[in-house]
Amino acid sequence: MLDLKLYLLQRLSAVVMAPLVLGHLAVIIIAVQNGLTSEEILSRTQGSFGWALFYGTFVAAVSVHAAIGLRVIVFETLKLKGFALNSLTWAVFLGLFLMGARAVWAVTAVGAT
Amino acid sequence: MTETDKNIDVSVWRGGPSGGSFQRFEVPRQDSQTVLDVVAWIQQNDDPTLSYRFACRVGMCGSCAMMVNGEPRWTCRTHVDKVLKNDRLEIAPLRNLPVIKDLAADMDPFFDKWRKAGGVFHPTKSRNDPVEEISPLEEERQNANAGIECINCGVCFAACDVVAGNPDYLGPAALNRAWTLLNDTRDCGSQSILAAVSQGGGCHNCHSMGNCAHFCPNELSPMTSIAGLKRATALSILRSGS
Repeated sequence: MLDLKLYLLQRLSAVVMAPLVLGHLAVIIIAVQNGLTSEEILSRTQGSFGWALFYGTFVAAVSVHAAIGLRVIVFETLKLKGFALNSLTWAVFLGLFLMGARAVWAVTAVGAT
Repeated sequence: MTETDKNIDVSVWRGGPSGGSFQRFEVPRQDSQTVLDVVAWIQQNDDPTLSYRFACRVGMCGSCAMMVNGEPRWTCRTHVDKVLKNDRLEIAPLRNLPVIKDLAADMDPFFDKWRKAGGVFHPTKSRNDPVEEISPLEEERQNANAGIECINCGVCFAACDVVAGNPDYLGPAALNRAWTLLNDTRDCGSQSILAAVSQGGGCHNCHSMGNCAHFCPNELSPMTSIAGLKRATALSILRSGS
């Protein structure tokens, strides 16, 4: 069910996520403490390749990590397997990735909002 | 053993592969009494049709493991004093295995997985070669030694919640065996062992909950062995790049 490749994907996505989570928390704290308005935040993020890369990578890693984790939980608790389990894994991955990508686009693309 | 005037209220699981229920017995309490003594007393004095498995009675053979008050135990070395709850004992066949009859679990799936994990020795020499000298100080030998005292009692297999949730999972004992073989320099089957433990039900399914290490009667840590297999398989694939 969880073979070596899926295991490695989940561990590697966790390694990618670890510093990004810390960076994300730092961004939240800085944004809140300085009392930045949404306009001020967007003025910094829109058109920024760095922020697009930061949060784009974050979204990709979260999508992979969560989809594999949920796959294990669903298999062991609901006994779902085969095509149904693979479909659910892909659906969770694509759902999270598309929603996350849409949010990253809205915050970093020039003139998106 | 000296009999006391106290009795133990014992519930023993009776039945076969299709199901069963608990039957209650009154067993005299004795000094230094083990759970296996309790089961033997019932069979010898109350109901000779009770089926259970044992052999050495001294914690060597790994035959007599059962569920005692919901936890897997080697019954020949488990003193009643340590597991009794309100003068009651509940004894059942090992969890996660089919039942043959009463307290005798079918160990076939356990040993099938042992072989499936690559647990059969792959020799590098014949009987005509001189005996290879192995230093006990080598790291690999020390890794192997840490897990080699497994008596295949099935306690870890019964304790493991991943085995309960995933029927394909090879289980702690089989993976511990694979780890000891992988670290045995006399074994030439490293690649086949790594492939065997990387399959769908392999070592990567372990959640590191540690029930195997907690309940192992020989105080081994299959969880540590499995962590070693995870590292070895990951390094192997990163090195080979496929």
